[in-house]
Amino acid sequence: MAAPLLVLRNLTVDFHNGERLSRAVDIAEFEIGAGEAVGVVGESGSGKSVTWLAALGLLPTRASVGGSVRIDGQELVGAPAATLERLRGKRIAMIFQDPSSCLNPVHRIGWQLSEALGLHRGLESAAAQAEALRLLDQVGIADARRRLSDYPHQLSGGLNQRVMIAMALAGQPDLLVADEPTTALDATIQAQILVLLRTIRRDTGMALVLISHDLGVVAENVDRVAVMYAGRLVEEAMGADLFGAARHPYTQGLLAALPALTGPRQRLTAIPGTVPDPWSVSSGCRFAPRCPVAEPRCAQQPPPSRRIGLLHRAACHLAVEAGRSVWAMPQAAE
Amino acid sequence: MLTFAVSRLLRAGLTILFVMTFAFVVLRLSGDPALLIMSVDAPPEAIAAFRKAWGLERPLWEQYLAYVGHATTGDFGKSMRDGRPAIELVMERVPATLAITLPALALKIGIGIPAGIYAALHRNTFADRLTMAVSVAGFTMPSFVLALVLVLIFAVTLGWLPASGADSPIHAILPIVTLGTAGAAIMARFTRSAMLEVLGQPYIRAASAKGVTWPRVVARHALPNAAIPTVTIIGFMIGSLVAGAVVVETVFAWPGVGRLLVSAVANRDLSVVQAILMVIAAWMVSANLAVDLAYGWLDPRVRGASAGGH
Repeated sequence: MAAPLLVLRNLTVDFHNGERLSRAVDIAEFEIGAGEAVGVVGESGSGKSVTWLAALGLLPTRASVGGSVRIDGQELVGAPAATLERLRGKRIAMIFQDPSSCLNPVHRIGWQLSEALGLHRGLESAAAQAEALRLLDQVGIADARRRLSDYPHQLSGGLNQRVMIAMALAGQPDLLVADEPTTALDATIQAQILVLLRTIRRDTGMALVLISHDLGVVAENVDRVAVMYAGRLVEEAMGADLFGAARHPYTQGLLAALPALTGPRQRLTAIPGTVPDPWSVSSGCRFAPRCPVAEPRCAQQPPPSRRIGLLHRAACHLAVEAGRSVWAMPQAAE
Repeated sequence: MLTFAVSRLLRAGLTILFVMTFAFVVLRLSGDPALLIMSVDAPPEAIAAFRKAWGLERPLWEQYLAYVGHATTGDFGKSMRDGRPAIELVMERVPATLAITLPALALKIGIGIPAGIYAALHRNTFADRLTMAVSVAGFTMPSFVLALVLVLIFAVTLGWLPASGADSPIHAILPIVTLGTAGAAIMARFTRSAMLEVLGQPYIRAASAKGVTWPRVVARHALPNAAIPTVTIIGFMIGSLVAGAVVVETVFAWPGVGRLLVSAVANRDLSVVQAILMVIAAWMVSANLAVDLAYGWLDPRVRGASAGGH
């Protein structure tokens, strides 16, 4: 296999809040291949967004980032501002949850697109204008010429997200990080945006990280899925493996909480308890307090990352069998 | 856009009419100018003659209608003291007031805005805390206290600057500094919070994420947005250019509108007080109109809203 595009090793993110320190992210190892589409799933506060903001150096100064993130061998963690500024948008682009508030309200769409084109491709005035039109066309915006002179508040959320995607494409990046790109949008628009991302990936061959709390959104749009819980990577597998044969109790819990479209109607299982307080210090498995099959060692020792199959890893002490959900076991029903 | 402008102008006119009416009624209720100007022991015939000369014996509504009628032709009555047209007395004082309030406004903007931006960009550092501490001191100190402190230091102790009067441009320095200090402090605090608000917006992070360098993020993405709320404060300050120096003019014996107001009130020179209030009201209303126009220029969302109103 070719060298991966992006390699993440022992990445930690700590937030200083007065005297207290909370570890928001703690990822031992994660890789993304060129052109690969990876989904990152987790509930809010699981560190799925923070991981990528940390990689791009976009966290506030009260966050300290440790470990290593390399793109084609170039280190990002601790890199000088000038290096990061050259990389952002050029090699790694990022789009966010609420597109309408991610565009500057006082600048025209055309101005904002041209700015990106000037930064990454050195295009000016007429050339930038022509390329901006092409990009808007590529992301499926009708009447692109008129849109260039519109302000963001004149466009719908879906259109603004298309503009954000166009702007991300301006630098012809190797990797697009899409942080909950459809969460703020209507269901029909959601589907359109996801189809658009798929089309663009097919046409440009760029890699995609799709961050979402929605397993459904992730399932249909990526090759591989990483599940995060309380800042740790708990399970990582090819999409089909994860949905068919999840091994980590947390992943199984997420799947058990989804309604099945076929078969008899069943009561949905909710995961009891709440995400641990980020300040709490635990050497063991972060999910242990909510896990139906937790053993004493789970609370004390950090779970090993076990390789289950090709590209399938889970961080759990217990070797849960494939196809057997811990949430269907007798003790979970209590 | 035309309807917008017309409605704003009508509203401005109504505001001025309201101020005119209010000033008229309140001043007539506050005491008899004849007794004050003529003194209480003047012969009754003299007082009656004074009242007749100024129309004070007529019913209030008649006086009011006559006043408004004359006002529409630019006649705001004559000073009861020296018989000159009141508006003329006021207008000849305006340049002196502007001679200290305009440089003070420049000081407020020139120091306040850069200090606020600097503090916001260095949030929670020593420099930020120092700037904010100085600004708290600046705007909590009453202007007459600051004026006296400055006089004590620069006029009495050091002898560098004159303590009062208006004989030369040097005389304007202490009044300007006194006026500018509090305004610069308010401006700094306001700019800082406007800037912090904007820096926390998602589009700032998105701009960084697309590779824009930090100085450019600040200059092209943050500042134009932070300018919108800041304009409100500048508008207030422009509105108070004519009326905002009453205390300072009195302390430094500066012959401006403020000092004229104080003496006119003390002398019950009703037409002069009313003329001053009219000039102030007209100025404030114009400043507000200017702010509204500036909003439209700075904020495309407001522009859209007013176009929608059309």
